[in-house]
Amino acid sequence: MRQAADEATPRQVMPPASASQARRRYGRRIPWAGIRRQTIVGWLFVLPALTMYGLFVLQPLALTVQYSLFRWDGVGPATWVGLSNYLTVLSEPRLVETLFNAFRLVLFYSLVPVAGGLVTASVIHRIAGGRLGTISRTVLFLPQVIPLVAAGIIWGRLLSLNGLINQLLTAVGLGDATRAWLGDFDFALPAVGLIGIWVLLGFCTVLLLTGMTRIDTALFESARLDGAGWLQEFRSITVPSLRYEIGVCITVTVIAALAAFDIVYVSTGGGPGNATSVPGIQIYVLAFLERQVGLASALAVVLIILVLVVILPIQRLTRETGR
Amino acid sequence: MITIGIGRATATVPGMRIAAFAVTGILFAACAAPGAVTTPSPLATTAPTTAPAVSTQPSTAPSASAAAVGPSCGTDPVVLNAYFETGFDLPFKLSDEFTKQFPNVTWKISQDQFTNLMTATPRLLAGDTPPDLIRLPSMVSLVKDGLLKNLDSYATAFGWDKFPAAQLAQNRVGSDGTRGSGSLYAMGLNYSLTGVFYNKKLATQLGMTDPPKTVAEFEDLLGKAKAAGLLPIMAWNDTPSGGGLAFPLQNLMAAYGPTQPINDWIFQKPAATIDTATNLTAAQHLEQWVKAGYFPKDANATGYTQANARFGKGEGVFMFNGDWQDAVYDKDLSGNVGFFVFPPSDASGTLAAMSAPLTYGIADKAKNADCAAAFFNWVATNDKARQIDVTVGGSNPGGPTDLPVPPAAAGSVINQTLSAGADVAKDNGAMDFIANATGAIFAQGWTPELQKMVGGKEDAAGLLKAVQAEYQKELSR
Repeated sequence: MRQAADEATPRQVMPPASASQARRRYGRRIPWAGIRRQTIVGWLFVLPALTMYGLFVLQPLALTVQYSLFRWDGVGPATWVGLSNYLTVLSEPRLVETLFNAFRLVLFYSLVPVAGGLVTASVIHRIAGGRLGTISRTVLFLPQVIPLVAAGIIWGRLLSLNGLINQLLTAVGLGDATRAWLGDFDFALPAVGLIGIWVLLGFCTVLLLTGMTRIDTALFESARLDGAGWLQEFRSITVPSLRYEIGVCITVTVIAALAAFDIVYVSTGGGPGNATSVPGIQIYVLAFLERQVGLASALAVVLIILVLVVILPIQRLTRETGR
Repeated sequence: MITIGIGRATATVPGMRIAAFAVTGILFAACAAPGAVTTPSPLATTAPTTAPAVSTQPSTAPSASAAAVGPSCGTDPVVLNAYFETGFDLPFKLSDEFTKQFPNVTWKISQDQFTNLMTATPRLLAGDTPPDLIRLPSMVSLVKDGLLKNLDSYATAFGWDKFPAAQLAQNRVGSDGTRGSGSLYAMGLNYSLTGVFYNKKLATQLGMTDPPKTVAEFEDLLGKAKAAGLLPIMAWNDTPSGGGLAFPLQNLMAAYGPTQPINDWIFQKPAATIDTATNLTAAQHLEQWVKAGYFPKDANATGYTQANARFGKGEGVFMFNGDWQDAVYDKDLSGNVGFFVFPPSDASGTLAAMSAPLTYGIADKAKNADCAAAFFNWVATNDKARQIDVTVGGSNPGGPTDLPVPPAAAGSVINQTLSAGADVAKDNGAMDFIANATGAIFAQGWTPELQKMVGGKEDAAGLLKAVQAEYQKELSR
């Protein structure tokens, strides 16, 4: 029964309908067979991607919005409740808290990796050419290759009471500062943030470094002839030229922070208390443990809107001032 | 399970798409259109599809008691579609033995972690290939949705109603949706018992010759352990494993008050509350233990597996846990591990312990329900199956009272838990677990609140109030 529903709905949103419409429209306006064939071929190329996009992005998105208006346990009958799920999301302290936690994660997932990535990339670009540059790029990018669940487990060990981090602190005489980082109410979120920095710093560095290699070297040469130091170069040439890349970095990392799930789920599960509980975790708990699919969907929709509200201005900014 | 791409996106992918996919992807996995599901009649009794047949089992079957009467697996080839819990050998060993005795039965076994089963069970039961046998995390909502087979007619056919009533009570759901009485919807493969394990060498060091008879005696030992520089209680309390401090808390609740109100709360009886005067006393004791440093400093970051590994290596004098861990402790602390049921507050008081069936159910739409029911009956009554239950599962096999409990290896902690189980049964002190009251009370109530207590951010009264509020909120939704 469920499958039937899954199969039935996408047909309404799948592209063939619009494709045939388009064909008819073009067919009437430009009756030349050659162009029509071109159009058909074009659509055929797009069709697989469009089908996947419709099936796995648009359809679930529409369903999520639909579910959010019901009280439903996922299996039994659903009751229409209008917008009351949204009221709950915005009024229940525990759910509101998750939204705040998501924004606190932005600091670690976005601000630090982008700023750190800029500095690292410009250092590599300036002093580490050739093999050294390749090695440092590879090392920094490695976290991208490691599955996040594995990374979460490893970091869990490093941050445990007897883990490497505390051993290092003890070795340098900071034994009093040691604690079970992921179990500490004040430090759990920054610790999760640290894992995020580790994952995203390399991504930002490599992306920004690629952008730097495209900056005209003559700019740097003339600046150096004028006696500019590294800092001046960085401020006047590197950063302004990289606006577009910086925009992409911020976009991707902010989304990673707001929609965080896997690292948090594996390392802390949202605890201790609700100290690291983010919307992704609560959506999961609400939908699968409490079986409040409607409420979980409402929180998911609120999260989508939040992401859009944060990302759209960044996108516009980089598009207008970029090239 | 679910992956959301942190930093997995490349710069060429527009950001919005990632977010939308990530968020909605969570829900897509589980849902059908709400309107598309017809409402099954939830609590209707469904009789087994085939009439009880006279025994047609093959002559090679060693002990005949299992399927002598009632529904059976017949003689034609049967493939039982089963979902077991990863990490526990018992159901696998039982299924092997069952096939040995009934060669026409083979198995298609899928397995998953318990937490994943919790989330997947409704969909598996409602899906196109409903399991004949499945490990059940919770039942009430599944029964409400008409997803589980009503086992009443099997109980009559096989004579399960002659088993001790307490054995089946936790698997009964009433027509009002409360657990503890009503129709039977699941069976236990065995019946586990929880209590206090102790490291014999360390306990002797503290002067403990016999297990403590009262809470005061136990607390005295905790104090001595702390003074001796030992960790008094090894425990887990991180979020992925769930708040392990709920074990000592519930033991304390049963020491200071009657078990009936606790069970009523778990079974969602009307107006039940966990915020009672005796439970407050219990929670205050737990709070004192926390403040006195009786639990590991990093309890909130310690998971179930790590805590057991550390106890197995000799860290911690006591550990609150269940007999499912017997075999591991016997291996890690060979001959050096003991067990006792948590003592009452007063030496003349009765014993009580959390004791839960290893619950398995049959999908309402299962193809081979009769054979699955015959398997349940075989597990409870067959000598070999009962032996496997004890040796591999470490728990009491239950079943009819006239069958003896098979012996475990001499000197193993299994023997201690088995005899302790008999003591608890004598005092009628079996309780279900407070974490099982609702689907999310553990994740949303007990675990975060107990963590706050460990972190010094919640006191005993606040803990009970917060959990009760969460309970009422979940039931009212």
